Amino acid sequence: PQLPATKDAALSTREALTPYKDVTTYNNFYEFGTSKSDPAKYAGSLQTRPWTVVVEGEVHKPRTFGIEDLLKLAPMQERIYRHRCVEGWSMVIPWLGYSLSNLLKAVEPTGNAKYVEYITLLNPAQMPGQNDPILQWPYLEGLRMDEAMHPLTLLTFGLYGEVLPNQDGAPIRMVIPWKYGFKGGKSIVRIRLVEQQPVTSWMKAVPQWYGFYSNVNPKVSPQNWSQENERRIGQGGFGGLFSPRVPTQMFNGYGAQVASLYKGMDLTKNF
Amino acid sequence: MLFMLGLLPLASLVWRALTVQLGANPEQTLIWTTGLWALRFLLLTLAITPLRKLTGWAELARLRRMFGLFAFTYALLHFTCYLWLVNGFSVDAVLKDVVKHPFVLAGMTALVLMLPLAATSTNGMIKRLGAVRWQALHRLVYAVAIIAVFHYWWGKLAKNNTVDPKIYATMLGVLLAYRVAKVWQTRRRNVGPRRAAARI
Repeated sequence: PQLPATKDAALSTREALTPYKDVTTYNNFYEFGTSKSDPAKYAGSLQTRPWTVVVEGEVHKPRTFGIEDLLKLAPMQERIYRHRCVEGWSMVIPWLGYSLSNLLKAVEPTGNAKYVEYITLLNPAQMPGQNDPILQWPYLEGLRMDEAMHPLTLLTFGLYGEVLPNQDGAPIRMVIPWKYGFKGGKSIVRIRLVEQQPVTSWMKAVPQWYGFYSNVNPKVSPQNWSQENERRIGQGGFGGLFSPRVPTQMFNGYGAQVASLYKGMDLTKNF
Repeated sequence: MLFMLGLLPLASLVWRALTVQLGANPEQTLIWTTGLWALRFLLLTLAITPLRKLTGWAELARLRRMFGLFAFTYALLHFTCYLWLVNGFSVDAVLKDVVKHPFVLAGMTALVLMLPLAATSTNGMIKRLGAVRWQALHRLVYAVAIIAVFHYWWGKLAKNNTVDPKIYATMLGVLLAYRVAKVWQTRRRNVGPRRAAARI
């Protein structure tokens, strides 16, 4: 179904879009299997209506939102963002949504709210990949409060003018364009504001290689391969075989907007 | 016949590349597929001798060299794709990667260790080296296989997805255990009579 939105040119890149087919068939969504093609194959079993999102923790007004309420909470915008996967590939995707800050302000964070964690649905019947203990389910990701309140952080409901396909994290997901893609939790059912830094699913799984921040950074590569450049999916002839990789930019090219969040931090240690 | 079968994975990749059917990320498909086939042929090579001894089918010995050379060919293709698609043929970038990342260093080591094995795979080279020295050199294949499985496992660990590497590690473990058992057996057989002789 269509999802009407107004274009936000100021926060959008003008780079060539990655074809819809690639955005919706080449996915990492372990809840439906570990292969890139699994989510498109198996996410049909996910029931996205009815859907509620609990927002709780260090807030004055905890609340359970129906998905319909969330769709109306703030004006829907189209933002074209670069999307960089930690595996070394990237896409350019026209997302639909609004800044997460709209939702957080609505529940009035207390002074103790230092971090936001967001949790994916736990339902092995609908998400067959959750029968495989490859990660500790449900999938959990998180942000520091200032990162979560940053206008670029997008609470996302759609892409390419329509509601999110299940394999892309329907009906509601997070998109943080200056961080690696896995920070963008999908099919979210719970958002919790907390005082302590969350321990995310990937930090639990491979602690030596995955830290809390996971900012795109060509100079830091704890995961054992270089992050200096990336394969832009869907560009050039023969599936891009004859196009060179493109250099990876610090903060995925969003440094002008977000670098100040990390002033004085050693990003080699806080990877 | 088997030679053609060995070429099949390569032919399939070339065909899929030409018809643009390598998926959204052809780079990844090429690198992963060639790497996996290198490992498969390496294990097949190591399986020949145990199979020959267990079945008594001497003909199998002839396959060993072919499988070994296929393993080398696919490893070389695996490296070439990495050099080309990831590094744009920049040797400098590859060297930097090798120094910085043990995962890459492991893969490179396995490939380099395969070079002398491939170079001495001809009948002429066997004669020139002499069977004993040739065999000693070709024991390097055990190191290559161990490093290659480690390389695979290390790469997959980043995605916390080590199910397949564990299967390959188990297969390698069985193939190596067979050799250890054989050596042990022969030693016991040799030591036994000598001890008996000493007692007399």
